[in-house]
Amino acid sequence: MTVIEILDIGLAVLVLGVAAWTIAARELFAAAVGYVAYGLLLSLVWVRLFALDVALTEAAIGSGVTGVLLITAAMRLRGTDPPQASEQLRPMVRVAAATLCIAIAGVLAAGVLMMADPGPTLAPDVARHLGETGLGNPVTAVLMAFRAFDTMLEKVVLILAVIGVWSLAADDAWGSVAGPRPLAHHQGPLTFFAQLLPPVGIVVAVHIAWVGANEPGGAFQGGALLAAMAMIVLMARVVQAPAVDRRWLRVVLVAGPAMFLLIGMIGFAVAAGFLAYPDGIAKPLILFIEAFMVLSIAAVLPLLVIGPPNRPQAGPP
Amino acid sequence: MTDFLLAAAGLILLTVAVGLARILRGPENVDRTMAAQLLGTGGIATLLLVAAATGVRGAEDVALGLALLAAFASVAFVNSAAPRQDDDP
Amino acid sequence: MSAADVFTVVAVSAGAFFFLAGSVGLLRFPDSLTRLHALTKADNLGLGLVVLGLLPQASGLLGGLKLLGVWVLVQLSSATAAQVIAQALGRRRPPP
Repeated sequence: MTVIEILDIGLAVLVLGVAAWTIAARELFAAAVGYVAYGLLLSLVWVRLFALDVALTEAAIGSGVTGVLLITAAMRLRGTDPPQASEQLRPMVRVAAATLCIAIAGVLAAGVLMMADPGPTLAPDVARHLGETGLGNPVTAVLMAFRAFDTMLEKVVLILAVIGVWSLAADDAWGSVAGPRPLAHHQGPLTFFAQLLPPVGIVVAVHIAWVGANEPGGAFQGGALLAAMAMIVLMARVVQAPAVDRRWLRVVLVAGPAMFLLIGMIGFAVAAGFLAYPDGIAKPLILFIEAFMVLSIAAVLPLLVIGPPNRPQAGPP
Repeated sequence: MTDFLLAAAGLILLTVAVGLARILRGPENVDRTMAAQLLGTGGIATLLLVAAATGVRGAEDVALGLALLAAFASVAFVNSAAPRQDDDP
Repeated sequence: MSAADVFTVVAVSAGAFFFLAGSVGLLRFPDSLTRLHALTKADNLGLGLVVLGLLPQASGLLGGLKLLGVWVLVQLSSATAAQVIAQALGRRRPPP
């Protein structure tokens, strides 16, 4: 057995172990931290599978967005009571749930084991038509050209999620600000960190979004890193989030999908149809759309993390 | 050389994974956060070593992304653990 | 084995040693503040030596600069994390 095989097997065992332990953990905070560790190990796995685009997404989302969300949620639930005895499941229900889980896992395992080898794939088609897009990264070509409709709808789903979060706001807090209040005084190291990191992070995020046309990276990875930079200034309370009724905020939120839809519509007039790009300028158009998508993703993710607006305002006199 | 880099990657991953036992044992949440912080740094080191050994393109960007976010779990923990007196108007 | 390779082997081995020391410290030290001390050694010296050792193997100038960037960012993150964790510990247990 070579060294790389030992490393891969060790990594796989470690990921499975951390995953199993995270599920079994009785303490909420331990499970949240376990999940953060699991996400980090998973991005190593994606690197070993040569799926750098996925590794970047997992790194940015797992450490920057869901990690913060879960840890904050676990800390906030600290003071709440454990489930009452009446809320706990009866043995019969538990057995039924376990049976159902085992059945689903069995069907999934059977599906994986019975998969044709080599599995059905569109990869040769993507490789054959990659040149027509002008892009060098097949993942970006799939996301932005070959299944552009799915990508656009995914961004719409993110906006729907923000609407869902905002609709949890209390009536008197609507239109106000979400997230922690900014502090008047500085907090020392954290303030320094939140002032120093974003300039570097913005450069890295733009770099990753820009090279996504030809190298691993892309709009979502760049946008997620930008979102993380927005979250660190919010967490350090250097600035406060914009009020949810700001028009510019709404415009930024919808800019990505709106530009996608607009250029998709223009495809009816100048190309083969909806979301088709004219020959020769596909790459500039894709990068143009991606620039707006980066902005939208960078606005959506922090808004999802900080939750609904929570400052009750004085009512009208 | 390749084998040495991979062996070093495996060793570092193993040591920080053993450190993960702190998540299990605690006893306090701050200790669990520190284990995650150590795994973050060790994961970045592993990633850089594996990338240098296998020559996979773009792995430095993943490491840059992870390095940017290395403190986020700790900051989120300390932030939500802090007393909320500043939230009073 | 060239001189650059010897340098890589020595520096990366030293880096791995500091990760080992950090993990052992995290597991064996008696309280949170001493564990924090062990953690920062692994963050700074462990990754720093690994990056130093990988510099001769870097692919071109940009690759080397990215490696250094990773180390500087982790330094900044680790120092901040250590400071805020220590502040949180200090808030909870005021000095006697």
